[in-house]
Amino acid sequence: MPIYYYIVLAIVLFCIGIVGVLVRRNAIIVFMCIELMLNAVNLLMVAFSKMHHLKNAAINASAGSDGQLFVFFIMVVAAAEVSVGLAIIVMLFRNTHSVDINFLNRLKH
Amino acid sequence: MGVTAILFWILSSLALLSAIMIVVSKNPVHSVLWLILVFFAISGHYLLLNAQFLAIVNIIVYAGAIMVLFLYVLMLIDLKKIVDPQRSLWIKLVGVATGCCLLLVLIAALSKADQTTALTQTIGGNIGLVENLGKILFSEYLVPFEISSILFLSAMVGAVVIGKK
Repeated sequence: MPIYYYIVLAIVLFCIGIVGVLVRRNAIIVFMCIELMLNAVNLLMVAFSKMHHLKNAAINASAGSDGQLFVFFIMVVAAAEVSVGLAIIVMLFRNTHSVDINFLNRLKH
Repeated sequence: MGVTAILFWILSSLALLSAIMIVVSKNPVHSVLWLILVFFAISGHYLLLNAQFLAIVNIIVYAGAIMVLFLYVLMLIDLKKIVDPQRSLWIKLVGVATGCCLLLVLIAALSKADQTTALTQTIGGNIGLVENLGKILFSEYLVPFEISSILFLSAMVGAVVIGKK
């Protein structure tokens, strides 16, 4: 497949994530949309790594595997981020009895 | 159109449809389930690109662990008691318009870029296999790998500290 299809697919997924962050007020759904944006970036990174591999495989047999390892590390960081973020959302709910993201505009009280 | 192209279009439309449904659906539990569908579609894309390791990790970490965490938090939060907060219609329209503008700008800017016709290798190539990635991960990327374990430990401690009070 041409790389341009993957670029367009990833951009559309990323923009859907951005629209979700802007439109929804439920903190959990905003968080899910952030995950969606991360995944769009991951998909594009893997597609680029395979493009790089196809071009440079004759010079370097493992060309492009760096990109896939970066995706792996992005997943690692995303897992850590989700655990802390969901803890914050649970704490928000415990303090305000709501998951409205507008309550996060003042971090005290 | 070959089998690869057909699979590409099916997986892409599945991913886009489910992504839109995440934003649209009213019930947060349905959003989580649509998001799982997006992750499966993206894993299918990884398989199509022969990145088998990442496809499995994506399913295990995202669809398996992270989404279960989301579902647990949704169960902890009493959905019956809270009314789902909604933005006003104007803000929604402006949000959608902003997203569409960004989409337009990015696609227009990248359509003239170099090498947009370059091909990605779909079926062949063994860089995405566990053997190859494992060799590189434990030789060149050993230090970042170990540091990520410290990151996990600190995230775990942080989550416990935040959740305790």
